[in-house]
Amino acid sequence: MTVARSVLDLIGNTPMVDVSSLSPNPAVRILVKLEGQNPGGSVKDRIALSMVEAAEKEGLLHPGSILIEPTSGNTGIGLALVCRAKGYHLKVVLPENVSSERSQLLEIFGAEIIWSPGSEGSNGAVRMAQQVAADHPDWVFLYQYGNPANPRAHTEGTGPEIWQDCPEVTHFVAGLGTSGTLLGVGHYLKDRNPDVEVWAVEPPAGEMVDGLRNLDDGYIPPIFTDLGGPDLLDRKTIIGPRLSIEWTRKLAEIGIFAGLSTGAALAGAARCAESIETGVIVIVSADGGWKYLSSGAWTGDLDAAAEEAKKKIYF
Amino acid sequence: MPVEVRLPTLLRPAAGGTTTVTAEGSTIGEVLRNLVGAHPGLAGQVLTEKGALHRFVNVYVNDDDVRYLEQLETPVTDGDEISILPAVAGG
Repeated sequence: MTVARSVLDLIGNTPMVDVSSLSPNPAVRILVKLEGQNPGGSVKDRIALSMVEAAEKEGLLHPGSILIEPTSGNTGIGLALVCRAKGYHLKVVLPENVSSERSQLLEIFGAEIIWSPGSEGSNGAVRMAQQVAADHPDWVFLYQYGNPANPRAHTEGTGPEIWQDCPEVTHFVAGLGTSGTLLGVGHYLKDRNPDVEVWAVEPPAGEMVDGLRNLDDGYIPPIFTDLGGPDLLDRKTIIGPRLSIEWTRKLAEIGIFAGLSTGAALAGAARCAESIETGVIVIVSADGGWKYLSSGAWTGDLDAAAEEAKKKIYF
Repeated sequence: MPVEVRLPTLLRPAAGGTTTVTAEGSTIGEVLRNLVGAHPGLAGQVLTEKGALHRFVNVYVNDDDVRYLEQLETPVTDGDEISILPAVAGG
């Protein structure tokens, strides 16, 4: 075991664990890559480091530079960690309806929070950040939804790690947010083996859709279109909060404490396992359960926990 | 065969204000074309003038996005749940 010089050197190289005991099909193995093991606690540490280093290479960042980013939490926390370690200032635009643990972690790492209306969800945060960035042209706007260094972190990191640990993978299942994980890992795995299927899991749009005034307020991340997302994905399926929590609890029963989007990915993997004869499904666990303790997802009544989750953004 | 289609809030005013509407069809394309025929206010909102799915609209059959099934040719059978949702960001 070597001693890392910086906490940033601890990003990536996450472990994978076999959870096949939860597979509904005994001929299908399910493996989970635990991205909660990253120092900032989520898969987003990878893209935070990748996007900041890309901006440094382009000469956009200098000591004391100010960065602005819309985030539902994890990207902000990863960026806050990277900015702290490198001496930059971070401002994040955060929807009001994220768990309190997310805003607390951002403050611990010194990020300034600009709140956006919860009813507009991540769309509202993106719009507000675009406006703030336009008003402050000297601030650096990394824009995770349109930054090729986001999927690249997964093409160069997450994807090769999965292939090294499990070249027998037949299906890759992950949550759809910015689409960076799915695109980066998906392209890498399909380059190695074109038969690998890539399944996206998304939460129901739920209440945040009610804040849309017209369809053109809708949003597709530019990287998704630019990098051929529609052709890359083999399936895209909605998993609701109740099912997400059920599967998050099943993971806890075998000793894995993961966030709610991991439950959604696992529910998607279970749906996949039921539809195939045999195979090996790899899923990404985006984060651990720590940031969701206040949601009551593991305690008490499942229906009450599902109702509570509907009001929050957990992807 | 009539199926129930769940509409997002912002499309409801154009379809009489209700959450779900009934439309006929054996494929998603037929269902959507009949839906727009019955509620002309939805024209250009769900399908484009050329008859393709609107870019910012996702249509699901039993929680699966039809763009990754057989698109507008995706078959619809009795009891299927169809929902129309605007595309929104995550992350």
